[in-house]
Amino acid sequence: MSEVIIELEELTREFVVRRKGDGRRRRRHTIAAVDAMSWSVRAGESVGYIGANGAGKSTTIKMLSGILVPTSGSVRTCGLEPVGQRRDLARRIGVVFGQRSQLWWDLPLEESFSILAAIHQLDPGRGKSRTDELVEQLEMGETLQTPVRQLSLGQRMRAEIAAALLHEPALLILDEPTIGLDVLSKARLREFLIHERTTHGTTLLLTTHDMGDIERLCDRVLVVDRGRLVYDGTLPGLAGTVGARRMLVVDLAAPAADLVDVPHTTHVASEADGLRQRLAFDAEQTTAAEVLAAVAERVEVRDLSIEEPDIEDVVRRIYQTQR
Amino acid sequence: MMADVLEVATGARPGGWAAPYKAVLASRIRAQRAYPAGFALDIVGSWLVGLTEFGELFVIFHNIGILGGLDFHAMLLLFGLSNLSWSIADMVVGHVDTLPTYVRAGTLDAFFLRPQPVLAQLVTSEFSLRRLARLTVGLVTMCVGLVINDVTWSVAVVGLLVLAIVFGTAIFAACFVAAASLQFFLINGAELTNTFTYGGSYASAQPAAIFPTPLKLVFGFLVPVAFTSYLPTLWILGLPGPSLLPTWLVWLLPVAAAWSWAMALLLWSWGCRHYQGGGG
Repeated sequence: MSEVIIELEELTREFVVRRKGDGRRRRRHTIAAVDAMSWSVRAGESVGYIGANGAGKSTTIKMLSGILVPTSGSVRTCGLEPVGQRRDLARRIGVVFGQRSQLWWDLPLEESFSILAAIHQLDPGRGKSRTDELVEQLEMGETLQTPVRQLSLGQRMRAEIAAALLHEPALLILDEPTIGLDVLSKARLREFLIHERTTHGTTLLLTTHDMGDIERLCDRVLVVDRGRLVYDGTLPGLAGTVGARRMLVVDLAAPAADLVDVPHTTHVASEADGLRQRLAFDAEQTTAAEVLAAVAERVEVRDLSIEEPDIEDVVRRIYQTQR
Repeated sequence: MMADVLEVATGARPGGWAAPYKAVLASRIRAQRAYPAGFALDIVGSWLVGLTEFGELFVIFHNIGILGGLDFHAMLLLFGLSNLSWSIADMVVGHVDTLPTYVRAGTLDAFFLRPQPVLAQLVTSEFSLRRLARLTVGLVTMCVGLVINDVTWSVAVVGLLVLAIVFGTAIFAACFVAAASLQFFLINGAELTNTFTYGGSYASAQPAAIFPTPLKLVFGFLVPVAFTSYLPTLWILGLPGPSLLPTWLVWLLPVAAAWSWAMALLLWSWGCRHYQGGGG
């Protein structure tokens, strides 16, 4: 059994908001952004932390990393109390907020790395070799001399992640790391994170709206809704519990009858006299390749696409089943 | 091996405790050198501001001759000392006043994720070389003031000047930190907190004898800017102080600076707690 790296017990964070009530008085409302959450993550795990906007994801991350004080309950990260032992904790975790930058926008990228090495007081040799390693794996060699403000979004995000990993933290927390990235940048980033985890055993906690991130990177999913944990398990299990299924959309060479007899699928809809058909399937029972092969046996396929279940949709369904 | 053991034993890290701050400050200075044209414009602007303030002083004394027991020559020394200390403080910590910008850009959160105290990181996150120009206005005025007045030079006078500049700067710096701390509570409250910084600076350049008693108490003891320039000027010129502010008080400059910083740090820790409490 590996050690516990994140531990939440009845963790609660309330915010007081003032809203216009009836008449002229402004009413104070207390809203629990995180509501008595208890869960833990073991060292080496890779966990996707998902939920709709405003579900409490960022609030949880801020409490894990010592930026926010909990209203009640307890949280320990790397065995430390995040607010009280913030400075010790900072040496052991790396955090990237997708919409925020920790780099120096007016300096060449390279300098941000050397400043961060000094900030974390890395041994000069170790700082250098770690920077070289990250630059090589994230393919940033050509952008090292570029001022940070001139980097593209994809380049900047890779740089942010390198910056968070420079001091070899045991825990990497990523808040929306792939937001706004193109397909290729996303794929490269995911490849890198997989590599980083296998070589350094880094624990990963990431929030995302992208199912692809979860599928590629996470072996466990936590779903949060209105500050409460509503699911803890694997991604296929999540899709299974709520019936969120993948969808194969095929364009056929000629109009055909509805494909109702493909194993492990449900025919959802046909368009243009059966030229385009939609088949839903459960990722636990079959694969896209098997479904496609079965379809190809029956009709000639000209084009295809696969629609992933939408995270927001999955979360909404969980919420509905709980009521 | 031995080095490793020592490192664990003493908690020492490569480069010493100051290395992180040095790295950031050096990079800030490099970044400013990268834009020489903007830098030159800033310097001209700073000079103009300094000269305008000086012009104001000149016009006042052209008409009234003596204010609060100080004549124009004495006022030059007072104005110079106040301007010099304030502009050093402004150069070193003036940017903390723009705390809401740091909050909005997420820079403050980034500070929380690094292993140094947040205030120390904030203070060392910027160093405005362009404010050197403003500093020269104060320095030149102070020197003229020292030459033009009948100063009896002694070790004590030199010592007091050093004390006034070092601890005067510390007092103004504490004002900046206090003003920044209050902005945790009042996002967009810069107009109000300017009373601490620019207001403090203005009050320090006035002969405190003209203030009514409540203001004497405020600027003499609560926000002790009278210590930065008024009391040193009186002492150097051998003038008596008004009631409540006898000249000998000047030797308590370090105490006044310590008091200012105690207040500033208290406000800062309140502000930080408020921010971490989610109110920021």
